[in-house]
Amino acid sequence: MADPTEIYTSPHVLEYPYARSTGPIIGAFLTALRDGKIVGVKGSKGRVIVPPTEYDPDTAEETSGIVDVGPGGVIETWAWVDTPRFDAPLDTPFAWALIRLDGADTAMLHVVAAPTSDVVVTGTRVTAEFRPAAERVGSMHDLRCFVLEGK
Amino acid sequence: MSTPPPRQGTRPVAIVACAQSKSERRIEQANEVELLMPVVTEVYANAGMTKDDVDFICSGSTDYLIGGPFSFVTALDAVGVWPPKAESHVEMDGAWALYEAWVTLQEEGKDVALVYGFGKSSLGDLSRILALQLDPYTMAPMWPDQVSLAALQAQAMIDQGLATEEDFARIASRARHNALSNPNAQVANEKTMEELMKDDYAVAPLRRHTLPPLSDGAAAIILVAGDRAYDVVDRPAWITGIDHRVDAHAFGARNLAESRSTTKAAENAGVSAGPVDIAELHAPFAHQEILLRRAMGLNESTVINPSGGPLAANPLMAGGLIRFIEAANRIMDGSANRAVAHATSGPVLQQNLVAVLEGAS
Repeated sequence: MADPTEIYTSPHVLEYPYARSTGPIIGAFLTALRDGKIVGVKGSKGRVIVPPTEYDPDTAEETSGIVDVGPGGVIETWAWVDTPRFDAPLDTPFAWALIRLDGADTAMLHVVAAPTSDVVVTGTRVTAEFRPAAERVGSMHDLRCFVLEGK
Repeated sequence: MSTPPPRQGTRPVAIVACAQSKSERRIEQANEVELLMPVVTEVYANAGMTKDDVDFICSGSTDYLIGGPFSFVTALDAVGVWPPKAESHVEMDGAWALYEAWVTLQEEGKDVALVYGFGKSSLGDLSRILALQLDPYTMAPMWPDQVSLAALQAQAMIDQGLATEEDFARIASRARHNALSNPNAQVANEKTMEELMKDDYAVAPLRRHTLPPLSDGAAAIILVAGDRAYDVVDRPAWITGIDHRVDAHAFGARNLAESRSTTKAAENAGVSAGPVDIAELHAPFAHQEILLRRAMGLNESTVINPSGGPLAANPLMAGGLIRFIEAANRIMDGSANRAVAHATSGPVLQQNLVAVLEGAS
């Protein structure tokens, strides 16, 4: 009979044993961000979709052909945040904005850093401000924010 | 009685009984089962039925609020699990559970369905939870909150000349006024547009009053197919049209100031085929009422959200089903002949479900 004081032990590793791929289109977008660039993809009738998707959001047709866009663009609409939440990309007052990058036909959600709310209006030109190369990992956060062009 | 013929499906289906809890900011004394149980008991009593009369049960809720997988299964304790019943669940507002039940009742031999939706928005950080429905690579990592996204939509409407901040305040003023006669409302008061315009911005251009309350609540409906509906109630609310459409998930790829999915769903549901006496619109943010009204082509003769709508009470996962209840109640009590019920889901009105409810002539 086994020693009743002997305790059976077994190793157990809690893990998520999957490799998750972002695929050829979103992967290209995130890789470009890491390299300090923004890219889109050509959808139906040559329309350039940014951020790129594997299908055209309007026609559901497969997209193909990565193209460079930005880094400048235009604010399509904005929302001014006076009191940023704890999880917001910026910890000082800022604007969420849909930005149509130069060369793109759709708008991308990101944040605009600006000193005061009155300088952020629809139609304002902005440009991407990336984090230093050593800090970039292939994520939306590689783009620190957008800033007013020429400021 | 002349039952109005359905535009979709082959069997007419009606709402015959409803029940809902009073919405509250935080219901701490009851868990989900305890919140649901009196609502389910009440809807059976209103229908003069028991669980034995029901052929199908469908519910809508989200496990993300509780933070545990399959928590909706626990909620079945509120309806009883023995003897077994055909049952289903959608991780969506209860309005979509109603849609599934409507589809199921198209099958001969299935005549009665119980539908319920419930949500306790107070359990977590709703902004954090709702951000998880966004694109996981290009949006969710930045944790944009639902108020900021709604503000982007409101600003797009202002820029396109479709509405002003004063229009938003007028809607909020009317909604909270209407809510004074709704015993289940959470926010009801009498304030003029001018008074509301003194509110601070939550996220500009949305002032505090343009936001829905955070609500805990539950709602239930009984659907009956065919003439059996007249055994339950003199004037059933017949679902003569129902349709669900979805806009692009990537909302930067669409014009936020319009809702093509609502327009399409309203066309398919037959909204414009007759006068609409009242419309209960699931517009959690004040500006979205203007947008939905335009998208459906509702004119000034339609009374919008006589209950106060989601600006008065907005329990996550039940707010859409409550629109069906408020519209159906007005058909059943004879105060309306033809009503529209609308439910939304997803970021900035991504998904829209539109139904036309009619009384028999």
